[in-house]
Amino acid sequence: MATLLDPRRPPAFCPGCAHERCLHALDRALVQLGLSAGDVVVVSDIGCSGLMDTFFATHAFHGLHGRALTYAAGIKLARPHLHVIVTMGDGGVGIGGAHFLEACRRNLNLSLLILNNFNFGMTGGQFSCTTPPDASTASGFLQGLEKPLDICAVAAAAGAPFVARSTVYQRGLSQLLSDAIAFPGFSVVDIWGPCTGRYAKRNPMRPEDLEEKMAQLPTFRGPIPGNRRPEYGGQYRALSGKKPPMGPTQFCIETDFFPAVDDRREVILAGAAGNRIISAGTLLAHGAVAAGMHVTQKNDHHITVMKGPSVSEIIISPVPVGFTGVECPDAILAVAQEGVLRTEALLGKLLPTARIIAARDLSLPPVSAHTLKVDFSAHGIRRSERALAAVALLARTGDPITVEMLRAAIARTLQGKALEESLNLLARTETISLAP
Amino acid sequence: MGLWFMEGNHAMALGAVHAGCRFFAAYPITPASSLLSSMLQLLPPAGGIVVQAEDEIASIGYCLGASMSGMKVMTATSGPGISLYSENISFAIAGEIPIVIVNVMRQGPSTGAATLGADGDIQFMRWGSSGGLPVIVLAPTDIRDCFALTVHAFNLAERFRCPVFLASNKEIGTTRETVDLNALPKPEVVWRTLHTSGTFLPFAVKEGRDVPEFLPIGGPIPVRQTSSTHGPDGFITNSPREIQAGVERLKRKIESQVESFAFHDFHAVPRARTLLVTYGVTSRAARVALGKLHCTDARPVSLLVLKTLWPVPEQVLLEASRTVDRVLVVEMNLGQYVDEVRRVLCGKRVDFYGRMDGRLITPGEIVEELCRGDSA
Ligand code: SF4
Repeated sequence: MATLLDPRRPPAFCPGCAHERCLHALDRALVQLGLSAGDVVVVSDIGCSGLMDTFFATHAFHGLHGRALTYAAGIKLARPHLHVIVTMGDGGVGIGGAHFLEACRRNLNLSLLILNNFNFGMTGGQFSCTTPPDASTASGFLQGLEKPLDICAVAAAAGAPFVARSTVYQRGLSQLLSDAIAFPGFSVVDIWGPCTGRYAKRNPMRPEDLEEKMAQLPTFRGPIPGNRRPEYGGQYRALSGKKPPMGPTQFCIETDFFPAVDDRREVILAGAAGNRIISAGTLLAHGAVAAGMHVTQKNDHHITVMKGPSVSEIIISPVPVGFTGVECPDAILAVAQEGVLRTEALLGKLLPTARIIAARDLSLPPVSAHTLKVDFSAHGIRRSERALAAVALLARTGDPITVEMLRAAIARTLQGKALEESLNLLARTETISLAP
Repeated sequence: MGLWFMEGNHAMALGAVHAGCRFFAAYPITPASSLLSSMLQLLPPAGGIVVQAEDEIASIGYCLGASMSGMKVMTATSGPGISLYSENISFAIAGEIPIVIVNVMRQGPSTGAATLGADGDIQFMRWGSSGGLPVIVLAPTDIRDCFALTVHAFNLAERFRCPVFLASNKEIGTTRETVDLNALPKPEVVWRTLHTSGTFLPFAVKEGRDVPEFLPIGGPIPVRQTSSTHGPDGFITNSPREIQAGVERLKRKIESQVESFAFHDFHAVPRARTLLVTYGVTSRAARVALGKLHCTDARPVSLLVLKTLWPVPEQVLLEASRTVDRVLVVEMNLGQYVDEVRRVLCGKRVDFYGRMDGRLITPGEIVEELCRGDSA
């Protein structure tokens, strides 16, 4: 008789163990589908169910507890034509809950067989996520405190398009498994059976006991019409083929200008979320790169994006930047109090030759640097425009970039409305006096 | 003629694609998330696969499945994610599964400070998996290294069939920097050795070799992969002799070859009596510090920047420190790699300077530390 089982490795389960019936049902299903050893991979995890892969002559992948679905997904995405069979116990569903939900939601064409025997057989019969509360297990009274998981109900709720439940004794099991494997999407079969070694000794597990318990739960026989949808792998390949490739010139900035300065410059933009600090910093950086300068940009913002301080540190240098920290800034552009607080230590260290451009409403510590206070509101400059306006004012000093460099950076980086608004802002800053 | 301006994370993504990586899976985490965005831009148009995983355990799990199916794979995270990778890192070691793991380190411990840098996982990457067998850890110092070392990381993962870490840092990964991509050295790309003739046993090694030949899951010849302690056939073994031979081989295959991939920069200064040893972003401050020092009448100092951290390149350390009588190790943590330096240079004076407050160590601090030692 045709089989994909390895003749050199006969099953080694306890007598009467449900896993052995499952093993043969799976083998019959694979044979019925006409598959050969190279067409199939059996992916398993930990526990007695994790021995399943060792008895097959197919490809096999045995990994950590509850993670079988993750390995299987990697294999299936890499090898779309392979039939990927995942075997897990009820323990694997519990510990790998996130992966189980994700597999149901994702609908990659994997076939998941859950060898559900209501306990951790290999480790001594402790309760699992499917143990009935009235069972007797090695975990004392603990399982009585928890509600068992209806694997099929969860799978269906999470979006699995094929969900079925059976006992190992039901005659149609191998047909059911072959249907699940042939199904073009994620399929889950919750297969109930006894663990004779640990669980069945203390809990009724005859076929009729199992049938009786199963009858108390909703029936699942395969396709869930409401969850039917295109398979993930096929969808991924269809959509990814439509993405235009990134050219090698992405992020490349042509050298169009002569440098405005011939020495290292450190500039800090300090403000708050909403000032568009980082975008303005990037434009300053781009302006300098277009003059062939080496530049680093280090950003710091609050972890909640729309609140708190935002700081961008830009170093411009004729040679590759060594140390990327700013210790003695040549210019600080301060547009909100949060940024002033964040840069207070550096403000105190400024040299008299340094330049501060600050919004008029900010309170600054006493500094010896050249300070320009700007009434942004009086010039109709919004909070979101303040940082770029400050960069434009700095550019008007010609150090470390010029207005032409900034204008070119804006033209190269922005499009549409943003471009128009930024150029307009640049024009408006030209009327602001640079006299302190 | 021009310069590229991008994050270190993006340069790593470019390095990965250059190295042949076509599978990337990750879970979003600051400061590694932009690697996920970069790979999403680069891989799908190149026929590659990007998966945003449900958690970090899954992201490395997807990679292990895809790597065993023959793809070059990479995942990226930060310290808290490395914690969750742990069980699968030991699997990659045991199952000899090539994988590149990017750790864009952030200040810790625990969830720590997501937007601040540190080098706090240097021992964790080496020892954070069960069984204690070696891994390879490479540490970039700047955007150029982000590209080149990523290619080397893939090459080493392929050559030794093992996990290779890229020990990046928020200060490297998310700092934007200029680089001339055209002028970058592009290391030659290596692929794992395939099994071509004779009976295939998934973990058998040929005479005189320490790394098994590879066949992919999904090819015509069935392949077994297992996290369980196995013999050459990939089935569980209980033979102490076979087990010991297996784990010794896993250790030997990497540690015996470290001199062939001991990436480092050694700036030997004549008559130096002090050697400064550092790695990662701190080495940039160290270079500037040495420049400052040369402008003074302070005693000369040599600098060793290590880019291969694990296995410890012992010969490099011994050679670089041969003529000095003091070594100063500077790290963005409270003292981790200094323990390795002390072990290797046993008997020599080895001082340490470091901080883990989220700020870069400055050139000034290093100069001060060098001078302090001189007067001691
Ligand atoms: S312990 Fe239970 S699950 Fe394990 S082989 Fe024995 S009967 Fe089967």
